[in-house]
Parts: sequence; C-alpha cells; structure tokens
Amino acid sequence: MTTAPRPKTETIHRQVDPYNGNSRGAWLSSPVSRGEETGVGIEVRGLSKRYGSFQAVKDVSFEVAAGQLVALLGPSGSGKSTILRTIAGLETADSGSVLLTGEDATALPVQRRGVGFVFQHYALFRHMTVRDNVGFGLKIRKEPRREIRRRVDELLDLIQLSGHADRYPTQLSGGQRQRVALARALAPRPKVLLLDEPFGALDAKVRDELRMWLRKLHDEVHVTSLFVTHDQREAFEVSDQIVVLADGQVQQIGAPQALYERPVNPFVARFLGNINVLPLSSLRTGSTGRGPASWFKTPPTAEAQAYVRPHDLDVFAERNGKPYWPARVERITPLGGLIRLDLRIGVEHALQIEVPHDQAIGVGFAPGDEVYVTPRHLNVYDRDHANFQPVDVNRAITQSWQAGAGI
Amino acid sequence: MAADSDWTNPPAAGPPSAGEAETIGSAWGRRLLIGAVLSWFAILILVPGAALARQALGGGLAAMFAALNQPEVYRAFILSLWITAAATILNTIFGVALALVLVRQRFWGRALLDGVVDMPFAISPIIAGLMLVVLYGPDSALGGWLEDRGIQVVYAAPGMVLATMFVTLPFVTRELVPVLRELGEEYEQAAHTLGAGRWRTFWSVTLPSIRWGVAYGVTLTIARGLGEFGAVLVVSGNIIGRTQTATLYIADGVESFHPEGAYAASMVLAAVSFCLLVGMDLIRRRLDRGKGGQS
Repeated sequence: MTTAPRPKTETIHRQVDPYNGNSRGAWLSSPVSRGEETGVGIEVRGLSKRYGSFQAVKDVSFEVAAGQLVALLGPSGSGKSTILRTIAGLETADSGSVLLTGEDATALPVQRRGVGFVFQHYALFRHMTVRDNVGFGLKIRKEPRREIRRRVDELLDLIQLSGHADRYPTQLSGGQRQRVALARALAPRPKVLLLDEPFGALDAKVRDELRMWLRKLHDEVHVTSLFVTHDQREAFEVSDQIVVLADGQVQQIGAPQALYERPVNPFVARFLGNINVLPLSSLRTGSTGRGPASWFKTPPTAEAQAYVRPHDLDVFAERNGKPYWPARVERITPLGGLIRLDLRIGVEHALQIEVPHDQAIGVGFAPGDEVYVTPRHLNVYDRDHANFQPVDVNRAITQSWQAGAGI
Repeated sequence: MAADSDWTNPPAAGPPSAGEAETIGSAWGRRLLIGAVLSWFAILILVPGAALARQALGGGLAAMFAALNQPEVYRAFILSLWITAAATILNTIFGVALALVLVRQRFWGRALLDGVVDMPFAISPIIAGLMLVVLYGPDSALGGWLEDRGIQVVYAAPGMVLATMFVTLPFVTRELVPVLRELGEEYEQAAHTLGAGRWRTFWSVTLPSIRWGVAYGVTLTIARGLGEFGAVLVVSGNIIGRTQTATLYIADGVESFHPEGAYAASMVLAAVSFCLLVGMDLIRRRLDRGKGGQS
C-alpha cells in the first residue's frame, strides 16, 4: 500500500553549528575526534531482522550525522525499537551492518560498542544509590575513584539532582529517575546515545518538561543521539531529523518541517499531523477551467485521492473561479487562536479545516451554510501508478494556462 | 505510578451503615469460622508440639541436657550440619545457575527441564535414596569402579550429601524463577551497555537484585536438609557414630532403649526449625518490599 523509497543510504546532512567544535571538546574531553573525521555518528546499512515468520526490519539504511539528535518515528510494530537495540548490540540482525563513528561495530559485543542506552522503564539498579548508578560505567572501566567522583558530581549537576546523590531510585519521581538513567548512560562518554521511548512511561506534563530539557541538554552536550518514539509531536519538538518507519521499512528521512510539508507517500502524510483525504474527482474545476486533469502530463485516474492539510484549505461563501469542493458546514469549534470547521462534502466525505481566528470573524459562517473549499496545496495519490505528488494549486493553474496558451 | 493508584483506587468509603449491618449480621459466622480454624490448627500442630515438649522436659532441663550430652548425639548433629551445609552450598550455586538458564535461555527441552526440576517434590525420598543405592551401591558398575579408587559413595557422607541435594534441589530454583522473570532483562542489558561483562553483571546487578529470593531458597533448603530422613536413611546404612544424622538418631532412639535422647534431640531440631521459620518470614517481608518499588 505505502510506497517506500528505494532503500539506499540517505545522508542526514549535518546542520552548521558554530559551537560544535569547541563545546564538544569541553564535553567529550578525551577522544572526541573520531566522529569528527567522518561526520557520521551512526550508520546503518541494509539491516534486516526476522522473528519467526514476522519480518520486523526490512533492509533499513540510514545515517545520523555526528552531534545530531535524530528520532526514529513509527507506529508500534514498525521495527524502530529493534533497529535501536541492534545498533546498541542488544540484538543481532540477520543481515546488514552497523557503523559507529565510522567504525564497523557489527561484530562487536554490546560492552565494547561504547553506546549509552536509556530504557523506557529507566532500568536503574535499585540496590544502588543515584551516585553509584551514575558511576557504574566508570567503575567498570576502572577509572580512579577521584575521577569517578568528579564526573558523577558534574553529571548530577547537569541533571539538576546534586542534592539526591545518596537516594535510592525508589525514592525518586519518574522524571527524576529518567534523568538519572540519562546521566548514567552519559557518564562513560559514549560515542552515541540511544534512547528507547525515553518518555513513554511518564505522565503528560512531566513528559513535556523532560522533552524540552532533553533538547536543551543536547544543545549543550552534542553527543550523537538517536531516540525511538511513536509520538510525532515528540519527534517534532525534540529532533533535528526524523526517520519515519512503517512495516520495518524507512518511509522518509528529513527535517521535521520538510516531512510535514513534503511527505513522499500517504503513510507519512497521514502519520505526521492531520490530513484530509478526499476524492480528487469530486474537485470541481471552477471558472478558470483548469482542473486537476490539466495539472499533470498524464491525467490522474478516477480513483486518485487528494491529501490536504487542514490549514492548506480556504473557505469561501462564494465561488471565486478557482477549483473547489462544495461543502456544508457541520460544526464550528473555536480553538483559541484558530477556528476549526468541520465540513462535509456530499454524504460520505468529512473534511476539517483550520482558519486563523481573525480571518474567521470576517467570514461569519454558521452550521448548515453551503460553502466553497479551495485547496492551496495538496498531494495527489494515484494508487494505480503508486505515485504521490505535491501540487501547488495556484502555480499548477498558471502553468496550465501558459501551456494552454502555447498550443 | 503512585499517582495512578491514588486515583484509580479511591479510599473505600462505602455507605457506613450498610457495611456495619453486614458485619454484625455475619459476626457469629465469622467467629465460628475463626474458632474452627484455630482448633484445627491446635489439634494438628500445637497439641502434638506441646506433648513432645512435655515428654522432653518431663525430667527437667538438667535431664534433657544430660540426654543431649552424649558423644553419639554430638556426632549425629555435627554430621547433619555438615551434610546440610554441603548440600545447601552446592544446591545454591547450582540452583541459581539453573534458574538463570530456565528464565534467560531458550533451548530445546527447556519446558521439559522446567517440569523435571520439580520431580523431587513428587517423588518419595525413600525412592530417591534407592535410586542412589542402585546407581552407586557396591554391586553396581559405577559403585564398584569408584570403590576401586577408594571413593565410597553409598553408606558414607558423599551419598548422604547427594541424597539431601536430590531432595532439596527445587527450592532455590523454584524461588528464583518468578523473581528473575519479574526482574526482566533490562537491568542486565543496562549493565552490558555500560561495559560490564556477563560475570561482572551477575555479581553487581543480577545477584544483588535477587538476593532475598536466594536467601529464602537457602533457608528452605537448610530446613529441609536438616529434617531429611527417608533418602538419607536408605543411603547411609545408619552406622552409629559414622553415618548417623540427627534424624536417624531420633528414629533409632524411639525404637530402641534411649527415648530420652530422641525427645531431647527432637526438641533441638524443632527449635532450629522454628528459628528458620522466623528467619524465612523476615526474608519474605524484605522480598515483598523489594517488589514494591518499580525502578
């Protein structure tokens, strides 16, 4: 159903960051430069994994640029956790390879991969104090006691829990525990930080706070980070780049806004934010005479669907020459700065539109009104040709005019 | 999580009058039930216990100590302690390993092994002892071979340790399997990602997390080992002063000419069992408290 792009390695380009070199040096004081040489923190090539008859991951490839915070976003069962755990070495893939800061880590055991891992349910050692938890990785590495103490103090300061060093995990709140888990993962200066649904077990308010806090922390720390989430809002708020997964395959990779504005397939379009799906054939041409049929070289089939974001639609009381859907207002819901209109086209197609509050005042609709809905931007999905094409309606009309005039 | 339970379990504030009426209505029924249970308990356990105590202390404390102050009593108790200690140590090490394998590993025959672990619960100890005699007895091939090399298993301490181990095999494992299952693998995986190898992870993370479960299993093993009679009887040959344990001494005493010693030894064993029982209860509480905090 969904069309996945050919699985080739897609580079997530690193954002230009003027502080990168210096602040990273201060953080990862010792061997920093590994990642810098290649600029790639994590690279996954052709990863596949099967559980019995269930293909959890199918030939997945992507890269995470050094110093970035990237989200693996997908619904449950999309294989995102399996990929993360394979990168950590907690699971082995059937085929494919994992490169960490440019070095092939596929054959390395988890202990020698140098990854920090944060579990959804924290996995703090409950018989150890906060200090011992954070210092565990350093103790394993046989660092001198004074150095461990210094580093743990530094991290407790960073997670704002300096006063809680001698408490046990059961004496902390969920948010505090997850911060301790993060500090513990960061203590041995990992090459990369992996977070598996890190906020999944927390309640909504704490989750919001911790999200913003993680983003801020990453801006200070700059360790290459990959986190798994099924919550698109979380991915949008926190990450530099998002890898969208479904059915064990990469659907699309890009910056959050780019994914939202230019989804490459219906899955991504539906998964990231609200979208209206309407039959393209029901879009009336309007007096310009330049309907969907004239926008493409090969006219869309009768089953073609239009995917339109709620804010890409305008509502008018009268026709203005542009293509339109005739609709009826069913409900008007004020949402603070926005007003949401629930409309219906014919009987079966519901439609949702959001208009800024000030515009809506001028329109003055009431439930039951007949209105005309004009798309500014939409994606046309043609199942028969398995293509998903963005259309800027105004430009398409203009181009179609020019082309028509030429003939 | 705590917040969840706060609002999902509102304080039980039902209509008080109805609740009271119900309690009053069934008050006699409840008293009757409690009374019946207490009487049953007394008839089965307290009265026989008191009878034994009366018999043992009948001649006064001095007479009881005199009955205990015999070389064969000392030797019997010391042998019991040694055999129990050896069986407990070996079964604890093996039991922890077995529990880890049963919970953490996937292999063909795991379900079968899981079932067979409980076999000593079901098989009569006498049969267990007989199995060992058949296998290691002087007439058997293995027993003969070992005897040629100067190792006597049956009618000697090794056989008695084996018999005790057979009988107490499931205790540590059965106690640990649910604890390990509930613990999950995340703690161990977290330790792995922090660089700890398997051995280090076991000592620093797994064992401290299951320590109260181990303690409970060990206590059960000790209690069972000290009290074991049937299996040890078959393999020991009951040689006074050499392979006579405390329970064998008691059995011997009852049917022969020094019942005072048997009563006194029984009192000691019963007292030890009582102490173990109290210890187990304390451990059980720690175990339940450990489960309380999710972290």
